[in-house]
Amino acid sequence: MAHEPILSGIGLSKSFGPIEVLHAVDVDVRPGEVHALVGENGAGKSTLMKLLSGYHQPNAGEVVLDGRPVRFPDSNAAEAAGIVLIHQELNLVPDLTVEENVFLGREPHRFGLVDRGAARRATAELLATLRTEVPVTRRVRDLSVSQAQMVEIAKAVSREVRVLCMDEPTDVLTGRETEVLFDLVRRLTADGVAILYVSHKLDEIMTIADRVTILRDGHKIGTFDVGDLTPAEMARRMVGRELADMYPPKPAVPDDAPVALEIEGLDVPGFVHGASLRVRRGEVLGIAGLVGAGRTELFEGALGLRPAHGSVRKDGRPVRWRHPEDAKLDRVAYLTEDRKAKGLLLGKNLRENVVLQSLERFARPFVHLRAEQQALEGAVEEFDVRVARLDVEAGALSGGNQQKIVLAKLMLTEPDVVILDEPTRGIDVGTKRQIYFYVGELLAKGVAVVLISSELPEVLGLAHRVVVMHDGAITGTLDGAGLDEETVMAYATGLRRDPPPATLESPRVHT
Amino acid sequence: MSTPETVAAPSWRARLRRVPWQQLTPLAGLVLLVIVGSLMHPAFLTSTNLFNVLTRSAFIGIIAVGGTFVIIGGGIDLSVGSMAAFLSGAMILLMNALYGGTISPVGVVLIGVGLVLGSGLLAGAANGLAITRGRIEPFIVTLGTLGIFRSLVTYLADGGTISLNFALRGVYRPVFYGSFLGVPIPVWAFAVVAVLGAILLHRTRFGRYVRAIGSNQEVARYAAIRVARVRTLTYVIQGLCVAIAVVLYVPRLGSASASTGILWELEAIAAVIIGGTALKGGSGHIWGTVVGAIMLSLIGNVLNLTSAISEYLNGTVQGLIIIGAVFLQRGRQGR
Repeated sequence: MAHEPILSGIGLSKSFGPIEVLHAVDVDVRPGEVHALVGENGAGKSTLMKLLSGYHQPNAGEVVLDGRPVRFPDSNAAEAAGIVLIHQELNLVPDLTVEENVFLGREPHRFGLVDRGAARRATAELLATLRTEVPVTRRVRDLSVSQAQMVEIAKAVSREVRVLCMDEPTDVLTGRETEVLFDLVRRLTADGVAILYVSHKLDEIMTIADRVTILRDGHKIGTFDVGDLTPAEMARRMVGRELADMYPPKPAVPDDAPVALEIEGLDVPGFVHGASLRVRRGEVLGIAGLVGAGRTELFEGALGLRPAHGSVRKDGRPVRWRHPEDAKLDRVAYLTEDRKAKGLLLGKNLRENVVLQSLERFARPFVHLRAEQQALEGAVEEFDVRVARLDVEAGALSGGNQQKIVLAKLMLTEPDVVILDEPTRGIDVGTKRQIYFYVGELLAKGVAVVLISSELPEVLGLAHRVVVMHDGAITGTLDGAGLDEETVMAYATGLRRDPPPATLESPRVHT
Repeated sequence: MSTPETVAAPSWRARLRRVPWQQLTPLAGLVLLVIVGSLMHPAFLTSTNLFNVLTRSAFIGIIAVGGTFVIIGGGIDLSVGSMAAFLSGAMILLMNALYGGTISPVGVVLIGVGLVLGSGLLAGAANGLAITRGRIEPFIVTLGTLGIFRSLVTYLADGGTISLNFALRGVYRPVFYGSFLGVPIPVWAFAVVAVLGAILLHRTRFGRYVRAIGSNQEVARYAAIRVARVRTLTYVIQGLCVAIAVVLYVPRLGSASASTGILWELEAIAAVIIGGTALKGGSGHIWGTVVGAIMLSLIGNVLNLTSAISEYLNGTVQGLIIIGAVFLQRGRQGR
């Protein structure tokens, strides 16, 4: 690792309007290393990456390539120099095929026409090295999110790349795909490519990164060899204080706690078959499983968000929710996993967003802007939303603050069953902890919580019981106490499978 | 950097900064047009002329108020001109048929008005249900009903003109030609529709839902909003507005034919867009639509009064103003 850095930033600062998001940060990337950037949401990781790859121009400081100061007027200039950024929001054209996307803007030509054969062969080879089984003629629209991510990566490495910047690449990947990605990263670094890697997942960073630069509130805390830090030390430096226990205490669910929500034999055509589960007041029911196991679809089906049949009981009463409004009236709320497309009106202000789901409380019959504003101010305080001004559009907030607004919107409907779908996806560790403790508060109020999550530590840390799904079916209902990741994964991958309980009165494991 | 900040009472300067200047461009355009008009012809700024302009703008204006709901909700209704023609023809035929029986002429007109309003609701509901329940693009559905209504009125008129019985005309005439407190009835009707529309859009739950759905239908659905119902209702409102315009229009000429209401749909959409409503939905204002409708008829009026530009170029000027209006508003919508 004694090589000279390929790319470095010296004293980089960046302001958006009056707000400085990055202050005099030094960073350097050496050939063959994986250099991780970590920090809470809004710490400036993505901004730093965009300064280095030509998407933004620094207000102060300079970018140095091979020892010489350079200016990338735009991302194309950076890409020409071999510095490629893979976006957090995928940058593919949905209606073009995989092959057309990979070679978009630099199609191979033959006799003045696009040489599709050559493009297809090259794309197929690339995908093969990524071990991604996607037909190159399929339209990107028809791919899963993780497949699209792999195509994005293929597109990046199809160029002469010297520095590859990856912004939360594994957020949408399954465990296996993550392994494939890491293999690819190791091969690239062996060839001398430098990787700049942003992730919230500290265990991943421990696995893949050589050095880590920690940012907090736009300032650099330091650059460390990964071997010199434990994840806990990393997290502490990110938030600037000791992270006490990540999870709230897990109070036992009283034996006589009533069942709040009970689902029996629910089929969601194409996604879920014969799912049965129950959650009691004051209980967290974790829903684990791999991406595509049907976890989201199960609850969207139960709540009338997609077609489904089966029996659902709320507080022991049979219900039939044909529309989300029916579920809302029965005080059941669902937090979507897709915050940006389904959770927030990004172009509308925070006030309209926060009251959207409970507008009947604020409009009888005329909307009451003062009351709405008070509701927003209350939500901002209760959920510790950190914004300089309240009259901004929701799209202007960081992921963590957006999630708090969506959560606040949900809670204004005063639900007593809350279904949280990937509540901490793309959120920094400090905000995660706040959300975990909020779940703890809900339990104390006797709310029943369903936690759908791909992050096993949070499922194990919060859930009293864990339902594991595989390929549209529930493979096991496990007691949360003493449960370990390996056991859950065995059920999630279908290696283990419990026979479905004859009746719900005798689940395999009692709490 | 990210410390929470309580919001103090906004200072005047802050309020000024928060005035959505770009949204005021339609109003500025209207003022400009009035200044130009009054400089070019002395008769322009007379109450007779201005009421004349407002009366003419009432038809398109009332239809455009309904169109504002449809467009903000993320839809489009191309059928309004044909619907107006069909409702006019059907109304005249019904009233002619009822006349001479036991019902008094006033009664006949009242029945006709009631029937038109009811039919407008139904026609709008048909559009809305085909779009929401049938899951068909609004553009396609209303393109279809545009053709259907147009051919129905041609059929009813047997290719010619449907004329209202002369006796009934005398009774019905004041609805268009009369005035109240010195203001023509159609202008009153336009004002009332606009005020009610503004209250509905800006001050009720329904209006908020329309904007939420136009902004992002999925978010609205996940927020437990009855998306299909709200969207259908925007078309019902549109149908009702068309019917109100028809009630005012029929006594004007006392006839309907296959060419009644031709291109009204485009004028109504133009009024909505000039008024600052985003064609992709999500945001907009009734007052902007009102300004847009008045501007459109003001252009024709200015061209008529002055001989600087041929009145045959009315469409050219309108077209330029539509494109210019959207160009000026682009900064707000581009992001």
